[in-house]
Amino acid sequence: MSDHLAIETADLWKRYDDVEALRGLNLQVPTGSICGFLGRNGAGKTTAIKVLLGMARPTKGTARVLGVAPNDAGAAAMRQRIGFVSDEKDLYDYMTVGEIIAFTRPLFPGWRRELEQTYLATFELPPHRGIKDLSRGTRTKLALLLALCRGAELLILDEPTSGLDPAMAEDVLRALVGHVAGQETTIFFSSHQLSEVDQICDHVAIVDRGRLVLGGALDDLRGRYQRVQFVFAGEAPHASLKTPGIVRVQRQGRVLTVLTNDSEAVIADARALSPASIDASPVTLKDIFLESVRTED
Amino acid sequence: MLMLKPNPSSGVPIYLQLIEQVKYAIATGAVRPGEQLPGIRPLAEELVINPNTVAKAYRELEHEGVIELRQGAGAFVTDNAPSKKDTEKLRTAQAAVAVTVERLRGRGVADADIRRLFEAELLGGKRGE
Repeated sequence: MSDHLAIETADLWKRYDDVEALRGLNLQVPTGSICGFLGRNGAGKTTAIKVLLGMARPTKGTARVLGVAPNDAGAAAMRQRIGFVSDEKDLYDYMTVGEIIAFTRPLFPGWRRELEQTYLATFELPPHRGIKDLSRGTRTKLALLLALCRGAELLILDEPTSGLDPAMAEDVLRALVGHVAGQETTIFFSSHQLSEVDQICDHVAIVDRGRLVLGGALDDLRGRYQRVQFVFAGEAPHASLKTPGIVRVQRQGRVLTVLTNDSEAVIADARALSPASIDASPVTLKDIFLESVRTED
Repeated sequence: MLMLKPNPSSGVPIYLQLIEQVKYAIATGAVRPGEQLPGIRPLAEELVINPNTVAKAYRELEHEGVIELRQGAGAFVTDNAPSKKDTEKLRTAQAAVAVTVERLRGRGVADADIRRLFEAELLGGKRGE
């Protein structure tokens, strides 16, 4: 377990009654990265976040957040260094925007007062408006302001842009990007918006059924995966390709499509089958995601 | 202002797109030797992309001798960035591409197919026998 990882879990298991929500999750989030946490509903994302925050105790395995185990004696101090925005964006409804900022400020010694005005303006937050009268999107932006201003070393955000219109979502993403550039913060956020993950993340962790199915630097994944299509004069041969790196093979009439993380090797091997044409094209994060969480047939 | 506009969902790593776009801007003369590129943070905020991605592109461009990173001052296009020569090269290449495209069109190859063939060729896919 080392410093250059803001979050690290090893073989993390969590059972609720008869449901295994986490089944040996291994996560590694490098310090200073923006890491997208992806998975289908029920894949274990929220459970994982709860364990990281010390809100749920793992059945088995270890977790380290900023170098501290979430259930250790030192965890309260560690949580002071983290900003968390839940999916519900829990806020005190009886306060105004200005009141909750004033209320939260003294709770955090590292509070960045100069950022308050910046984010009030960028997020167009009305200081005198009651929180109960805020729209869902405005609540989200207020919750983010509170998390961003506390000078956190790590932000854990559960679907930070859900319920925001595209313009608001872009404002939030821009704030996150600027925040990481200026404060040397790590951001770990769950999302169903693959386009925003594509846009601002440098790392991704894709979970499925309680396990990490794919993780790492997004550029490496993008650079590695390709879709190669072979067209044959007759029916595509049934000869099985044994090339390492093949993720998936689809055969349809004269066309053989291979998703691979080593296209050169696949092309070299498939040459032996004498295809009439070979095309390689880059795959998108969406392709990679759908392939990773695909139910085995 | 420098026109940089990576497409995050194209499947091509964003830092590679940035590198190509900066080189293209230099080659066309949009940015000249000695001129400054936007800082990492302003560019990340403007394009709404990860600052580490911008930093990675700049590091690679520096490594290739295209730009120089001066501590605290930003990124500058170097004098030896092959701008003029590149402009020429690009113009010649463009002419060559134009000839090839016209020839293919003349043989009845559709534009969509031409585009695909170029992309496949660049991606290292080659035609079999």
